[in-house]
This record gives sequence, structure tokens and C-alpha cells, in this order.
Amino acid sequence: MQTTSDEVLIARIAGGDRLAMQVLFARHHVRVYRFVLRLVRNEATAEDLISEVFLDVWRQAGKFEGRSAVSTWMLSIARFKALSALRRRPEQELDEDAAEQIEDHSDDPEVALAKKDKAAVLRKALSKLSAEHREIVDLVYYHEKSVEEVAGIVGIPEATVKTRMFYARKKLSEILKEQGIDRGWP
Amino acid sequence: MNTKNKEAHSDIEELLPWHAAGTLSRRDTQRVEEALARDPELARRFAMVREELGETILLNETLGAPSGHAMEKLFAKIDAEPARKQATSLNLSARVTEFFAGFSPRTLAYAGSAAALAILLQAGIIASVMIKEKSADGYETASAPSTDPGVGAFTLIRFAPQASSDDITKFLEANKLQVAAGPMSGGLYKVRVAVTGLPKAELARIVKKLQEDKVVGFIATTE
Repeated sequence: MQTTSDEVLIARIAGGDRLAMQVLFARHHVRVYRFVLRLVRNEATAEDLISEVFLDVWRQAGKFEGRSAVSTWMLSIARFKALSALRRRPEQELDEDAAEQIEDHSDDPEVALAKKDKAAVLRKALSKLSAEHREIVDLVYYHEKSVEEVAGIVGIPEATVKTRMFYARKKLSEILKEQGIDRGWP
Repeated sequence: MNTKNKEAHSDIEELLPWHAAGTLSRRDTQRVEEALARDPELARRFAMVREELGETILLNETLGAPSGHAMEKLFAKIDAEPARKQATSLNLSARVTEFFAGFSPRTLAYAGSAAALAILLQAGIIASVMIKEKSADGYETASAPSTDPGVGAFTLIRFAPQASSDDITKFLEANKLQVAAGPMSGGLYKVRVAVTGLPKAELARIVKKLQEDKVVGFIATTE
């Protein structure tokens, strides 16, 4: 079965087709939400932001030029919205410790158990990365964006994308080492 | 790559995350695979990358999803937006995109005759023309008369394969024409020549005049 491409949906949305908007929303809203949530670290804010992101898609669909994938375009909008929200509400910005607590649902016994579980420790370490590093790791690994696409979303040169990802991974290794897991790299 | 020095890294090593995610170009994929085959240390590091990839996916998947209210909020906001009428030009571009999407790679491979390609290119050109028109105009008002596809006098036109975007734009503007539908079978477009019905003789006169333009490959009257 052939599904309607995102580009076709965008063209229909540009013409005011609400059903196409529903399809596009159903197709992408979870990933957009997760991307935003990892940046703002607040579920209510993330949920508010995705309706803003898709409202922008509705408004701007006629200007979409197809130079990037629709999902890449939406992540760019989402990133802008998330960063704007964080700037608007500096009092709600969480320090690193508080932020880590939000993503770490483990109580002490679970943490102890997690330390025996390399995969769980790795996930915990991924949560401890800086926002800049979390963002690039998510875009590459979870959202499957190419170097060029990440450069477009984040607004940095492709060479910087590669080095930023490299240093994000290096930092991850350092965090793991602090947790007692030496990967032998870097 | 000198893998004895653990701090050293090459451009190949920087590409490992994208190789794991399968988002590298064919050329870079080949470069990385060759490097992995000859460098056991790089292969070990690639195994780490794969672990990171798997756990990043798992971490994101455990983040849950927004509530059903998210869609309700969105459509409440959309409903509060100024009404916009379905724009003919962008409907056309949607049809053109669907037209492309309708071809499977195999179909395209077998059906890639020069004539078909000319029609495809034509469709792309006309879509770009119509999208440009839309961008320039912004929102159309509900009272805009030209958006009703059933009203007016029409011709069927197939544009000449060599006609450029500029040629077609100038032709449509100079003759006050509007593409109402298409592309149809044979690369034909239904083009409105007047916003009201015309006598047959008058329509024939217009068709004859338009036929002389080099942009037009074929033209005929239609209902």
C-alpha cells in the first residue's frame, strides 16, 4: 500500500485541507513532542509547543519549498519554538541537577540495580548530556537525520555538526567512566 | 587512522554515528565500511556507537506521547485562524506532486520515455509557476472569482516540452490565463481563458491566437 507522502500532505495543507493536517499530525506529533520534551524537559510545555509547531506548519505550508524533508522542516520549527519558550521563561529553566531528577525516575535501589546494567547506565548518561549534546545525539540517532539535515535544523556548518557529535560522544564516555564504566575510549 | 593514539580521530570516525543510523551517502558508507574492515579498533568503536544508537532510541521511546488534547488544541487554534479558500494553484501543485508520487521506481524506469519526461518536467515547471503565484499573492479571499473551477470559458493546453518556467509564466500573464486543472492524461491542462462563458466563435478566435504562441504545443476548446 502506498501512503501519501509528507510533501503531498503539505501541498494539501497549503490549500486548507484539514484532513491532510490530521494525517500529518498523526504521523509526526509523537516524534516532534519527544524532540521538544528533551529540550524543554517539561511535559506540559512540550505538549503546548507541539500545537504551536503544527499551527506554524498549517500557516507556513504554502511557503514550504521542499528543500528539506518535511520532518526536518518541522524539527527546525520545533527547535525554534522550544528555544524561544526557554528564553521566555527563564525562571522555569531548570538547573542541571533538577533536570536530571526529572528524567531519572529511579529510586535508590533501582539506581543500584541500574549500575549493574550497562544499558541502563548508558541511558542515564545520555540524559546527563548538555542540551546542546542531547539535541545532536537525538537528531542523529533517534530522528535519523543526516549531517546536512542536522546542520539545517541546528543552523551550524556540517563540519561543526560532525565535531559536535564527536564531542557529545566523548562526553558520554566521560560520564560513563564516572559511573564506573570505562569504554576504553577516548 | 592511527588507532594507537586513543585521542586521535579521523573524519571516518566522525561519520560512525551516521553510518550506524544508515544516513550516510553511498560513497561515505563505502569509505566507512572499508575502514571498518581493515581497522579492528575502529570496528570496536563502531560497536560502541551502535550501543549508543540503541539506547538513545530506547530512551526516546520511553518518553511517552502527548495527550489527545494536543490535537484538540491544535484544531481549536486552526479554527480560530482566518478562513482561507482552497487555492487552485496549490491544489494544482498537490496534484502534480501526487502525480510524481504515483510512480513507483520501477514504473518510472520502464516509462521513462522522452515524452513522459517532458510531461513530468512540464508538470514541475507549472507547479513552480503556480506556487510562485501563490507566494506572491498570500491568502486569497473567499470572494476571489477565479478559484471556482467550474465557471468561465476553458481550453485544453499541452505546453511545448521546451517551454521554460519563465516562458509559461509570461504566456499565462500576458493572456490573462489561469490553470484550472491538470496535469491530465497526455500532459494536458485545463486553462481558463475568461471568467465568464464565451460564444463558440469568440472562444475559437482566442484558441487560434493562443495556438500561435511557441509555448503552446497543443490547444483545443473544452467545456
